[in-house]
Amino acid sequence: MSTVARFHIEHVRLIDAEGEALAPLPAFARDPAALVPLYRAMYLTRTFDAKAIALQRTGKLGTFASALGQEAVGVGVAAAMRAEDVLLPSYREHAAQLVRGVKIEESLRYWGGDERGCDFSGPRSDFPNCVPIATQVCHAAGAAYAFKLRGEARVAVCFMGDGATSKGDFYEGMNFAAVWKAPMVLVVSNNQWAISLPRSAQSATATLAQKAIAAGIDGIQVDGNDVVAVHHIAREAIERARSGGGPTLIEALTYRLGDHTTADDASRYRDPALVQEQWALEPVARLRKHLLHLGAWSKAQEEALAHECAETVNAAVEAYLATPAPDTAAMFDYLYATLPVALQGQRASALRFAPHNGGDHDQSS
Amino acid sequence: MAELNLVEAVNQALAHALEHDPAVVLLGEDIGANGGVFRATLGLQQRFGAERVIDTPLAETAIAGTAVGMAAMGLKPVAEIQFSGFLYPALDHLINHASRLRNRSRGRLSCPLVLRTPCGAGIHAPEHHSESPEAMLAHVPGLRVVMPSSPARAYGLLLAAIRDPDPVIFLEPTRLYRLFRQDVADDGEALPLDVCFTLRGGTDLTLVSWGAMIHETEAAADALAAEGVMAEVIDLATLKPLDMATILESVARTGRCVIVHEAARTAGLGAEIAAGLAEEGLYSLLAPVQRVTGYDTVIPLARLEQQYLPSVARIVAAARRTLEEAS
Repeated sequence: MSTVARFHIEHVRLIDAEGEALAPLPAFARDPAALVPLYRAMYLTRTFDAKAIALQRTGKLGTFASALGQEAVGVGVAAAMRAEDVLLPSYREHAAQLVRGVKIEESLRYWGGDERGCDFSGPRSDFPNCVPIATQVCHAAGAAYAFKLRGEARVAVCFMGDGATSKGDFYEGMNFAAVWKAPMVLVVSNNQWAISLPRSAQSATATLAQKAIAAGIDGIQVDGNDVVAVHHIAREAIERARSGGGPTLIEALTYRLGDHTTADDASRYRDPALVQEQWALEPVARLRKHLLHLGAWSKAQEEALAHECAETVNAAVEAYLATPAPDTAAMFDYLYATLPVALQGQRASALRFAPHNGGDHDQSS
Repeated sequence: MAELNLVEAVNQALAHALEHDPAVVLLGEDIGANGGVFRATLGLQQRFGAERVIDTPLAETAIAGTAVGMAAMGLKPVAEIQFSGFLYPALDHLINHASRLRNRSRGRLSCPLVLRTPCGAGIHAPEHHSESPEAMLAHVPGLRVVMPSSPARAYGLLLAAIRDPDPVIFLEPTRLYRLFRQDVADDGEALPLDVCFTLRGGTDLTLVSWGAMIHETEAAADALAAEGVMAEVIDLATLKPLDMATILESVARTGRCVIVHEAARTAGLGAEIAAGLAEEGLYSLLAPVQRVTGYDTVIPLARLEQQYLPSVARIVAAARRTLEEAS
């Protein structure tokens, strides 16, 4: 008998829960000024997240999927992307989207039931939120192939949750990208829960990162609550993809501190004491502690940031709430590049019965 | 101008598209060195390279899914699913993404992909190789569904599908791949989508069909002509969106309509056409609309498939029923 294959998976953590550096940090992280933008982005995400839940509870937003607790994954990865790279998010990646330039009011429009929220003014090539699980992995592989074929130095960065790694699309997309050596990075935000299913019941593998081995690419596990480690690993993976080194699978270990969505009640299936333990590991406080240790952050700066984020989010909420109702015709006008003749009668009918023409539907705000 | 069969016409259209548009790429299982199991892509990888004619791993979900990503990023992927019975793993991407990307992003992104697949019965194929899935695809908002019935229309409609800025499902009737030859000019001329083709004029009744069944339908029209009954024959060609105007105009003149398709009857496209005639053309009808279709059964294996497929005799009988009831 002989061993024909052997593998190992590395776990990377650079800053512990108390904000202490565990080893000499990578060059970018030695300058506190470079870490402050990461802190601000996580803080803004959390402020936005809390406001979105409040809006949903008061009937001003539809169902919302909170990113509470996993801000470091989106911020750390997106901050490592270039503008011309393409983000393919799931539905819980506001952190990455905000860093990419999606406006808060655009995100609110989407969750408020308005497709115009996906017409980002910012990253025009980024994909909209993907609601089906793991389908975006295949789209990312195709996007990455397009970049490679045209010789463009762009990378497709694809986010998913731990549940997505159980889907065939995850493996098929990763496998295609691996065979093609396409410039793609897969990021699993392993927040330990796929609605009510715990990570332990999701997969029998010791890590989700090792699923990369089956596709013949590198897999690495990172402390997803350590934004410095996430950013470091993402930079390496994205630049390796950009330079022709092929895809990487990053498993970012984090924890979903909130419910799955505002339509969920995690207390039905989750011990609150365990959630409380996880609060000690959360990413925003961790980086704050690190900055405080370095003497690079102060109470006054914290108060100023809180004020600034609240103002930013409040202004975005006002813009969102002031958004005029979409045109009824928009249902038809973006379905095909040119409306087929066969649909013109249906469009006319929709307009005839539209609220502004005296139809009996309620006009939504 | 060369005499081509339908699969050669598909090959010629693909070659023309690859030659004239660098954004066009082909992907699918066995389409490269092997030239496709039906040889639709014969010689194209040798001519255009393995980066533009991609032999993919065996995975229908990812063939459709990666095509979505390619299309959204500016390529014009033409994906092949080897047999329509293997299309179903790809439906998630067609229904949830390809058909919706433009609408979801308010036009910021679009999805100009073509998904080709052989379809239909009559070639003694194994199980799952003879399906006619057009109705379930036609039900999806945002998709186009096209099925040619001749080499010339395969060439022109496939070029139109590749040039269309939205996703098109291109269903190729397997039975027609090598059934007959026709002069097909390699002139790069596309045929129009979204319109029917009237294959022959007639005054006594309208026969509506598409794909391989056009040939039994035309044979039925010949048989009826021998009895002095002049049947108009309409080939739908684009099954979604449906050109009801041409059908209504024809039935307004003939007063009678028989719809022929080999897909199962319930909720098939025949029902959609009959409903359209009832809504908009009822007063021009001199007799109830008739449907001649495959049965609501699993498509049988080879020994029974000819009994499943609508025959000339069944079409003629239905035509006679419409003529007798109103005479």
